Amino acid sequence: MSTPEPAHSDESAASTEAVTPAPESFSPIDADAAARALEVALAAIAQAHDLDELKAVRIAQTGDRSPLALANREIGKLAPADKATAGKVLGPVRAAIGKALAARQVVLEAERDARVLVEEAVDVTLPVDRRPSGARHPLEVLQEHVADFFVSMGWEIAEGPEVEAEWFNFDALNFGPDHPARQMQDTFFVEGPADPDAAQAPEPAHLVLRTHTSPVQARTLLERDLPIYIACPGKVFRTDELDATHTPVFHQVEGLAVDKGLTMAHLLGTLDHFAKAMFGPDAKTRLRPSFFPFTEPSAEMDLWFPQKKGGAGWIEWGGCGMVNPNVLLAAGIDPEVYSGFAFGMGIERTLMLRHGIADMHDMVEGDVRFSQHFGMGI
Amino acid sequence: MPYISLSWLGEHVELPADLTAEQLAADLVRVGLEEEGVHGAAVTGPLVVGQVVSLVKEEQKNGKVINWCQVDVGVHNALDDEGRPTVPRGIICGAHNFVAGDRVVAALPGAVLPGPFPIASRKTYGHISDGMICSARELGLGEDHDGIIVLDRFGYTEENGYDTTPGTDAIAMLGLGEEVLEINVTPDRGYCFSMRGVAREYSHSTGAAFTDPGLPQGPLPEPTSDGFEVVVEDVAPIHAQVGCDRFVTRIVRGVDATAPSPAWMQRRLTQAGMRPISLAVDVTNYVMLDLGQPLHAYDLATLAAPIVVRRAHEGEHLTTLDGVDRALSTEDLLITDSVGGTGARVLGLAGIMGGAETEVSGSTTDVLIEAAHFDQVSIARSARRHKLPSEAAKRFERGVDPLLPAVAAQRVVDLLVELGGGVADPAVSDLSDLPEREPITFALSEPERLVGVPYTADQVIGVLREIGCEVSEIEGDGPARVRVLTPTWRPDLTGSAELVEEVARLVGYDKIPSILPTAPAGGGLTAGQLARRSVARSLAEAGFVETLSYPFIGAGQLDELGIEQGDPRRSALRVLNPLSAEKNLMRTNLLVTLLDTARRNVARGTTDLAIFEMGLVTRPVAGSPAAPQLPGAVRPSDAELAALHAGVPAQPRRVAGLLAGHRDLPGWWGAGRLADWTDAISAVRLVADRLGVDVVVSSDPDHAPWHPGRCAKITLADGTPVGHAGELHPKVIERTGLPARAVAFEIDLDVLLAAAPTEPRQGEPVSTFPLAKEDLALVVDADVPAQDVFDAISAGAGELLEELRLFDVFTGEQVGAGKKSLAFSLRLRASDRTLTAEDTAAVREAAVAEAHARCGAELRG
Repeated sequence: MSTPEPAHSDESAASTEAVTPAPESFSPIDADAAARALEVALAAIAQAHDLDELKAVRIAQTGDRSPLALANREIGKLAPADKATAGKVLGPVRAAIGKALAARQVVLEAERDARVLVEEAVDVTLPVDRRPSGARHPLEVLQEHVADFFVSMGWEIAEGPEVEAEWFNFDALNFGPDHPARQMQDTFFVEGPADPDAAQAPEPAHLVLRTHTSPVQARTLLERDLPIYIACPGKVFRTDELDATHTPVFHQVEGLAVDKGLTMAHLLGTLDHFAKAMFGPDAKTRLRPSFFPFTEPSAEMDLWFPQKKGGAGWIEWGGCGMVNPNVLLAAGIDPEVYSGFAFGMGIERTLMLRHGIADMHDMVEGDVRFSQHFGMGI
Repeated sequence: MPYISLSWLGEHVELPADLTAEQLAADLVRVGLEEEGVHGAAVTGPLVVGQVVSLVKEEQKNGKVINWCQVDVGVHNALDDEGRPTVPRGIICGAHNFVAGDRVVAALPGAVLPGPFPIASRKTYGHISDGMICSARELGLGEDHDGIIVLDRFGYTEENGYDTTPGTDAIAMLGLGEEVLEINVTPDRGYCFSMRGVAREYSHSTGAAFTDPGLPQGPLPEPTSDGFEVVVEDVAPIHAQVGCDRFVTRIVRGVDATAPSPAWMQRRLTQAGMRPISLAVDVTNYVMLDLGQPLHAYDLATLAAPIVVRRAHEGEHLTTLDGVDRALSTEDLLITDSVGGTGARVLGLAGIMGGAETEVSGSTTDVLIEAAHFDQVSIARSARRHKLPSEAAKRFERGVDPLLPAVAAQRVVDLLVELGGGVADPAVSDLSDLPEREPITFALSEPERLVGVPYTADQVIGVLREIGCEVSEIEGDGPARVRVLTPTWRPDLTGSAELVEEVARLVGYDKIPSILPTAPAGGGLTAGQLARRSVARSLAEAGFVETLSYPFIGAGQLDELGIEQGDPRRSALRVLNPLSAEKNLMRTNLLVTLLDTARRNVARGTTDLAIFEMGLVTRPVAGSPAAPQLPGAVRPSDAELAALHAGVPAQPRRVAGLLAGHRDLPGWWGAGRLADWTDAISAVRLVADRLGVDVVVSSDPDHAPWHPGRCAKITLADGTPVGHAGELHPKVIERTGLPARAVAFEIDLDVLLAAAPTEPRQGEPVSTFPLAKEDLALVVDADVPAQDVFDAISAGAGELLEELRLFDVFTGEQVGAGKKSLAFSLRLRASDRTLTAEDTAAVREAAVAEAHARCGAELRG
């Protein structure tokens, strides 16, 4: 770009010209000459456009070879009476020049500072993501939300092993070995590694991959003091092939409360409160008669889902009921004194509903893009 | 699960005329019978009665003879010159079981038959065939494809009240337009595997009038002395329960057993998902579907008395009706007869499936009907053992009404007489050893105690009576408790809680109020739960993405990682019924599944990867004791509980991570940085730091799947192993196809959590005296770990050392071959004074001396 020389360059040259000629000395008692020198000096100061020019002006007007300094040097030669006069003439001039220099210095420094900041400006819209962002898995985050909900009500979070003794997974929960309901659960059975030193094949280990988080309830009933209010989120296993709505490994949260005087009304109240925490203030639940070995009465629980595609409506959310007396007996609790309720729902299903996820594959395949979309929260 | 046809259901309970399958589903779900699906009309479009006006047999070139028929289809006929529908339609038909004059079912162009199979006018065998004359199979009515439906042979006659005028809609007449509701029956409601049970439940839900078809419809014949002899010889009852406690036989003579059953029965069987076979079999199936009593029909001529119900002998075999030869277990309950000796010949698996030998056949004229009652557990075990979930087994294992056999057998007799032209034989046998029913003592306050609804005593007693209970007062016990005798069809009602459910269910779950209970103050999340969240969040904030994986692995994956035989990670739990035979082990470490996750991401194009997974692994010990098998409903002893816990293998919680590609991305700012071994160790340090645990890093040249020169072993200060971190072995990279130089870590969170401080951390005063800085360059042998030198300086410098950093590592000629120079900066500060030059010189000297003593370090000249 061709631009004309900045205007002030000429002026600067001119002003430099104005101060550079050989200094004119003047008599220290010549008030008029002193006033002229002051005028020249002030003009030079005013015309200094940057700090370098101002420095030159300072030297020219106050340095050793400046008219003022030269005039000052003359004082010694003056008669005593004139010395006082000279002091009165030169003193104000020196002060005025000093003040003007200081003032101009402040102005020029401010100008310089402002200019530097402008020159240092950057494009703040440039990408700044030097490190790919991390993320939590939404299923884990949702389980934390669920845990926080129950903790907020004074409940505690109980956990247990994923490979479980059949007794905890079934018998303690009133699934006898011949109970038809034991067949409802598509169970993975496991056995221990062969002992290389053993002569025979191992005995059946009576171990399963837990088919629900209910064995945690059984353990809790045996281990904790009454009353009990716990929630158990965790991983469970069923022999379903992976498809859009099934996965052999998934997560549940179950709740268990055992206390004196608990009824199905308290069960419903807890479920309603939980539904609102998960799905907003318009959510609620309803119960339908059903059957589970570990509860009696038992119910399927439907959720009134305000965000349902195609309009609010009821959808299945989980199972629940009053703890079967046999389950309490298996933990040595008197079912005539205590009663309790239990419920459970799928975390995957809850996540799918709450966040509009259509396909189970995305949740289980570990593709980082699925988690990254959610980031740290859900 | 059961299929409910509305017209059939309506025979037992009053249904509104406009009831739809959808409404029926809504009514049934209220009492706990869930909808599985509504199966719509199978046939749509013009399906009408046609009368064959003429039939011309035409032989084709290939020798096949087809019939060129003119069929009168009434108003659907083609139009004559005057526009009236008088011209019969020409239809080609390959079947030959009809003649001119027969009335048949014609599907006309536009109709859609099951398949779906759309009917259109088409040119074939030199004619335009303007429709199709239908067989039962083509209409989804049965398997018989031999011939087309000739209406009067199927009972569709004017005398029977059917309008068979040509052109009449046949969809309605054949019941093909009916929707069928499929329901899901929970295991406690075996009686709902019948129209009888579902009708009762519909009545419970809606109050509609119910007529119980399971009660005798008239006087039932008493057993006679010449009744077919039946013996129950159960030498090995399961749970002390004799396998068979009721066995009724009836005989019908002179039956045309192989005649087809009437169309209406075939239709109902088909709607219920069963295949019509022959009259005798169809009638037994029909009565089973109607009442819930499984039945069996034998060819009487082939039987030799007595029938013996017994357990199988060791080594016995049976070929069941499905043609499978089955090795029997001594727990299997059998029906046998006495050909070749008393109880010598096996007729069938009791309550599950019959054998081929005594089945009714074309030559059968006399039929013996079996209606029995078997132990639920015995049937359930045998059905499971032989993988035979037959219709009979489904019912018996859930419980069948023991009072039904005589009623059901009478129904079969009646139907065989009516439809098969048979004669009921007076000989009747009825072996009955039913146990006395135990009444339940029931507190009338119990429903309110458990449900929270203030039911009145009248309400409670009313519901119990409605479901069929006999309720009586307990003398001297006041009105608070009653004696309840539960109905014979409800073996699930075993205690008070079950009765409470009935009250809640019939009064309605919608009457239960919603009340939030108040739990006592809790302790919040445990320290371990909080710590795990902190670890996960820290890793995510450090750029790692959390992933989840299935814990199933194959031995080949351990090979890929170079984990050798004898490594404890080879000792894995085995899944007995894996989804995939290649992945039949439970993971013993997280990396093995995390590597798979990494591979999937790389394959999908994410090559800059930082992932982590937190989860359990199983570390079983070979030869561990099995978990004991114990009964339910009883608290195990402390010793039994200890054995249960001991039988469950260790399942430590781990966290593992993997990085590949760029850790810091390239961009306008520069080249970025590839992930390396330091990132793996740094992640471990981050986790340990979050938990407040000091860990020690040392090299481990022999731990798969890591690079032997770039693997760090992580331990607690006391040497307890925590895990490993570093670069993966190049061979592992090669075998798994991961990006070169991928790095990984895996550590045991349980170990770290156990080591985490539990006491409140104490503060340290902050000194305000001036800082003194010193730099030290030390030369050591190249194989001396930097950590050792660091520790030595740290120990030598003593209390005045505030911070020590290693800021440079240098090798080269200047330091000599086999040597390296380590440069450290020391920040020194005292808590009580300004340090003097003498102070700092002393520290420096002491540090160098200690490094020399421990590591042979020399001050670099």
